[in-house]
Amino acid sequence: MKRLLQIEYIKLWNSRSSRFLIVAYFVLLTSIALIAAIKFDIGPIEFHLADQGIFNFPYIWHFNTFVAAIFKLFLAIVIVSMMSNEYTNKTIKQNLIDGLSKKEFIASKFLTVLVFAGISTVFVFVVSLILGMMYSDYNEISIVFSDLEFLLAFFVKLVGFFSFCLFLGILVKRSAFALGFLIIWAILEQVIFGLLGWKLVSWDTAKILKSLLPLESMANLIKEPFSRLNAVQSVADQIGERIELNYHVHWYEIALVLGWTVLFIYLSYALLRKRDL
Amino acid sequence: METILKVTDLTKKFGHLTAVKNLSFTIEKGNVYGILGPNGSGKSTTLGIVLNVVNATSGSFSWFDGNTSTHDALKKVGAIIERPNFYPYMNAVQNLRLVCKIKEVPESRIEEKLTLVGLWERRESKFKTFSLGMKQRMAIASALLNNPEILILDEPTNGLDPQGIHQIRELIKKIAGEGTTILLASHLLDEVEKVCSHVVILRKGENLYDGTVDGMLASHGFFELKADDMNALKKVLEGSGEFSHIDQEGDIFIAYLNTPLEAQDLNHRCFEKQITLTHLVKRKESLEQQFLTLTNNQEQIHS
Repeated sequence: MKRLLQIEYIKLWNSRSSRFLIVAYFVLLTSIALIAAIKFDIGPIEFHLADQGIFNFPYIWHFNTFVAAIFKLFLAIVIVSMMSNEYTNKTIKQNLIDGLSKKEFIASKFLTVLVFAGISTVFVFVVSLILGMMYSDYNEISIVFSDLEFLLAFFVKLVGFFSFCLFLGILVKRSAFALGFLIIWAILEQVIFGLLGWKLVSWDTAKILKSLLPLESMANLIKEPFSRLNAVQSVADQIGERIELNYHVHWYEIALVLGWTVLFIYLSYALLRKRDL
Repeated sequence: METILKVTDLTKKFGHLTAVKNLSFTIEKGNVYGILGPNGSGKSTTLGIVLNVVNATSGSFSWFDGNTSTHDALKKVGAIIERPNFYPYMNAVQNLRLVCKIKEVPESRIEEKLTLVGLWERRESKFKTFSLGMKQRMAIASALLNNPEILILDEPTNGLDPQGIHQIRELIKKIAGEGTTILLASHLLDEVEKVCSHVVILRKGENLYDGTVDGMLASHGFFELKADDMNALKKVLEGSGEFSHIDQEGDIFIAYLNTPLEAQDLNHRCFEKQITLTHLVKRKESLEQQFLTLTNNQEQIHS
């Protein structure tokens, strides 16, 4: 396993563009902390975002994992190209000839995905912990470390998404087209939802079916955190609207994304086995 | 003899096209093998199959008596297929370090192999800055990293200039001289003739000949002859019964032997019959002529 990771490390770290994107990604993750600096000072209205409770434990786990997940697109580029470049450079052929088995080849890519997702999770954990320590109104240990399932959801979400990217890289073999395909797929999920609800089944059933699709199921893992904010809640109260949100992470949502992950990795392996290089 | 590779009834179809048809051959340790065939005869496909990058339609192959899995066996093989494939953004040493990790061999060998192919001075240069000849030599260095039991080369001199071709051939001879088994696929006959001891000849995916190069050249050769009195010469040649047939090319007779006969014996005999030869050369048929004869025969059988 260490050997497979070392192989992938040599491939990634010696490429200037991958190195740049990876560094940029982690810098961006850290930049969540900059949200704390958002301050408006317009005459009598003084607004400091950090004081609005977004950095309160345990809400911060929800908020930060949600925001951090947006940056995953940067790593998606790295992952799609680390797969498809093996085809464009034909190095996948040479790797196999040199004695890497097809299973090891997929394993080395998947392990890299796990490492990326793992480091991202640790990063978000540390950044959130520090921010929380600085700005949170509650600092009791039991509160600080509650709702940590958002971190698990974050990890699973990244692993699922990156596995999808790996699969697209193998399927399409060209990084630009694979990324294009990713965008088309995201739109396609909405189109499927629209068609289902419009013609085939009721909108409620369509919503359930939509939540089973890969990208949608990953998005559902961490729901948007904004309507949980006190400020938003109080505005809603004033206009007589009650926002009832089920924002928790559910085990079946995690199972669903893990299911997609297994499928994508298996399909990647099956494609690699079946194809002549 | 230790068997390195055994191929049995290998067939590969690409849709309607049969690239390799019921191919069988065996590779023993210590010999230099050539796979010879025109472009599109299935050489690269065959190598692709035994190297685990092309799936066979039917048939089987086994490495080292079938005691190891293919990818483990490949760690004891050094192979280059078609173009040298490396990561363009990495330099020579970084690329070879990666190969060392894949093959699970120590990185200390990188210097030795790069020196062998004359690239140690360029070790810090990115692969994409290399000329084709350098890329090809780098590929050979990479293939040798694991001190392989067998070195497989697919058209190693394709697309190189004469100097590059010469360098590669010298390198192959040097490696063969150290006792490494070599399997060389080529459409260049003289390349195979110069380097190989054994040859497998393919045409349209079929095995036409499989054996030693010498065995293939088992003819007794031919004479090119010229004399002042050509008619008398012809009589002597026809009368001896040692020639299967005699052709005339310009003012020279080409007489094909059917038994061994040395040039000085023929000269002596002619002199006794008062014929003075003005031109006497004994030649062996080149592999090229043999190859064309073989492939033509097959053509006639088919048509």
